[in-house]
Amino acid sequence: MANELNKQLASELAYEAVKNGASAAEVVIKQRTEFSVGVRLGEVETLQQSTDRGLGLRVLLDGKQASVSGSDFRKDALTELVQQAIALVRVTSPDDNIGLPDSKAFAQTIEDLDLYDEAIVNLATEQKIEMALRAEQAARDSSPLIVNFEGGGVDTSVGSLILANSLGFAGAYRGTSFSIASVPVASENGQMQGAYWYDVKRQLADVDLPENIGRIAAQRTLRKLGARAVATQNVPVVFEQNIARTLMSYVFQAASGEAIFRKSSFFVGQLGEKVADEKVTVIDDGQLIRGLGSRPFDAEGLPTRKTVVIKNGILENYLLDTYTARKLGMQSTGNASRGLVGALGVEAGNFYLEPGRYSPNEIIGAVSKGFLVTDVLGFGVNTVTGDYSQSASGIWIENGELTFPVQGVTIAGNLKDMLQAIEMIGNDLQFRGNITSPTVLIGRMTLSA
Amino acid sequence: MQLDAIQFFFERFAINASDIDKLLTIALMRGGDYADLYFEYKVSNSVGVEEQIVKSATKALSQGVGVRVITGDKTGYAYTDEIAFDSIRKAAQTASHIASSQQPSPVNPVNATPNRHNLYSVATPVSSVELETKIDLLKKGDTVARGFDKRIREVQSGIFDEVKYVMIASSDGRLVGDVQPLARYSISCIADDDGNLQAGRAGGGGRVGIDFFESESKIEYFARDASRQAIIQLDAIDAPAGTMEVVLGPGWPGVLLHEAVGHGLEADFNRKGTSAFSGLIGQQVASDLCTIVDDGAIPGRRGSLNIDDEGEPTGRTVLIENGILRGYLNDRLNSRLLKVGQTGNGRRQSYKHMPMPRMTNTFMLSGQDTREEIIRSVKFGLYAVQFGGGQVDITNGEFAFSASEAYLIEDGKVTAPVKGATLRGSGPESLKKVTAVGNDLALDEGVGVCGKEGQQVPVGVGLPTIKISGMTVGGTKA
Repeated sequence: MANELNKQLASELAYEAVKNGASAAEVVIKQRTEFSVGVRLGEVETLQQSTDRGLGLRVLLDGKQASVSGSDFRKDALTELVQQAIALVRVTSPDDNIGLPDSKAFAQTIEDLDLYDEAIVNLATEQKIEMALRAEQAARDSSPLIVNFEGGGVDTSVGSLILANSLGFAGAYRGTSFSIASVPVASENGQMQGAYWYDVKRQLADVDLPENIGRIAAQRTLRKLGARAVATQNVPVVFEQNIARTLMSYVFQAASGEAIFRKSSFFVGQLGEKVADEKVTVIDDGQLIRGLGSRPFDAEGLPTRKTVVIKNGILENYLLDTYTARKLGMQSTGNASRGLVGALGVEAGNFYLEPGRYSPNEIIGAVSKGFLVTDVLGFGVNTVTGDYSQSASGIWIENGELTFPVQGVTIAGNLKDMLQAIEMIGNDLQFRGNITSPTVLIGRMTLSA
Repeated sequence: MQLDAIQFFFERFAINASDIDKLLTIALMRGGDYADLYFEYKVSNSVGVEEQIVKSATKALSQGVGVRVITGDKTGYAYTDEIAFDSIRKAAQTASHIASSQQPSPVNPVNATPNRHNLYSVATPVSSVELETKIDLLKKGDTVARGFDKRIREVQSGIFDEVKYVMIASSDGRLVGDVQPLARYSISCIADDDGNLQAGRAGGGGRVGIDFFESESKIEYFARDASRQAIIQLDAIDAPAGTMEVVLGPGWPGVLLHEAVGHGLEADFNRKGTSAFSGLIGQQVASDLCTIVDDGAIPGRRGSLNIDDEGEPTGRTVLIENGILRGYLNDRLNSRLLKVGQTGNGRRQSYKHMPMPRMTNTFMLSGQDTREEIIRSVKFGLYAVQFGGGQVDITNGEFAFSASEAYLIEDGKVTAPVKGATLRGSGPESLKKVTAVGNDLALDEGVGVCGKEGQQVPVGVGLPTIKISGMTVGGTKA
């Protein structure tokens, strides 16, 4: 099988780098076949298909490292790649913390996390087109106010990753994903609004029905019609599940070892401290069955694991690869990431806020006057200081009821305060990506208009 | 230079014009209006200094060919990372499936032609410079940044460069090539004043050679600027919240135009009728002080190209003239369907991506006022001079971007620095509120990256100092 051949190739190349003067080396090979169909107004608009593979080589020498990548797998091209890597590593500087992990720590078994689905591989183009059209049709059928589509469609991806190093580790795993999206446009009284809905899963059977995707996309679009601004004020803010997950992505950035050792995080020096309300528990789990962020080993060959980042409001762990762990005098949490080329970094497995016991309706019902955020725009978040400011749209809440749509406002606060001010957490945790959150209510933020 | 690229592909990959004709014929074997092949060979390098040592050095090679078939408003696309006849043939067969006619469409034999302009007169490309030279420059920048203030604790900097060979062949007989250099220096600093941590960032570049970084002391300038921004933020106060007068400084704040009108004027959204600017050509969409252009043909700029990624020469497109909407940014597919001329704005991230209408360098032309006069005219407002990223919702025209360096204006004077505030507005409304335009147009330093449908391309922006009579400032101080 192709993976076995490539595993051998990767190992051989790592040893060839050592033969050519490296003290250690690591090779990654990524292959992927992607297919995408885009539909619009009942017709196929785009069909796209591709297969590609790439190889990355990291070499180490006397505490220094460098990396190269290419997609030409012919023997002489690979030999040239090794030469280039050796030439590069000679000009970098030694750093005691750089190096491969301890060989005893490598993943010994490759867990089957159910990341691969033959049904996705075997899905015919016609079936993908049909599913994409069904989602769009369901959105169109929802209301005559749905007048147009920005796009929508189905994407599938089938990939594999091979990692080998000169300390004897060689591992491979493969994964699939299926995603479906609908992006309708609604119009009424001269106002035009767009929104979207989607699902993405590793297994075809786990994906929501196309009709549901289309219907939810239409609902999300229609409820924005008639949006207006409200006055500047301080109010409680409910982050809908799909937006609350963006808050978790900032929490992840702040908890990653790179941000910590560079002192560019509001979590620096906070281990063991209360950084959030005691209702808050945040987990990273790289071993979740069928998880979009799951993998049997990380980009250095270390086993992935479940790490409690925040427990009942107390910051318990940072997320680390070998380098950042050594910098901080800690142990890797199996969160190493790498592209084909470049220094390693830290990535999330499946990172989430543990669900609470309230339904989203109960949370909204608890707010006498406030704002439900359904969309945000902009990148106004500073994970060094925690300052948060984004343009937002959503729905106004009065006496526990959703009233009218709002746009043209910004919401601002500081993530440190926002985490402490979480008052209610929803029971609606869903994974549509590797970082997620249920609905949350934050007691007070500045809304500006 | 341009024909060099064609020769490069022909020699290195043993491909010739007759192979290309055959491949285009295969792409159109099921019919279709048009097919093209996009050949790309790219070498990218990076070197980074952190904690005063060279922590990373990389070299990445990537190559491939994308095959596109257009029939009506439908597109078939496939690519291969092997530049070899058989692999491209398979991709062409895959892409051909978008068309379903029994009859093949005709192909005009390709004919190599030189490009209209040569915008990258680079004496020594950064890619061909010895690593030691780049490292010396980085270390110099690092020393300058740390020397700026003793509270500067962390400094991270890097030089990134690439050279991209492209060759584009189309079924209407076009065969063009380009060799595109691109280089960028980036530096970020963290200031630490007794646990008060603040960041500053700067950098620049373009389609330039090593002399750009060496001869004008550019690196020292960027290093000081990154440190200065971090130090200023140590004393920043909470940003005000609410609607107020806003003055935008020259240069990079032009990202406002990119978000407020640029994306909304890309032809794909307008053909589909999903842009807030759809159907507004000839109408007033900005104050008559505003003239906004997109120009892909300015020598050396990051957003500039001799030819776009469909082989069309770039040029200057007037988007808004004295407040009146004049035109859209077009690629081939949309110009055909809208029956208007191409503008040289068909761009793609790489051979793995289909082209679409994208901006190049987008900026507003200078007006009459001086910056001093403009600031003096504001009773209470915000003066924003540096920005992080921005984003726009095309359909309703809402946009937002974040100010990384901004100050209060009180009684006509620039006073306290404020913490990163988000500015938001509505594309079709905000430029109608421009009440003063400065005489000091500047283009940005050359670090811009624009994202659309997951594709990243380098762009430039520019602006003279302008005053907007009312924008929402998203601060915490209500």
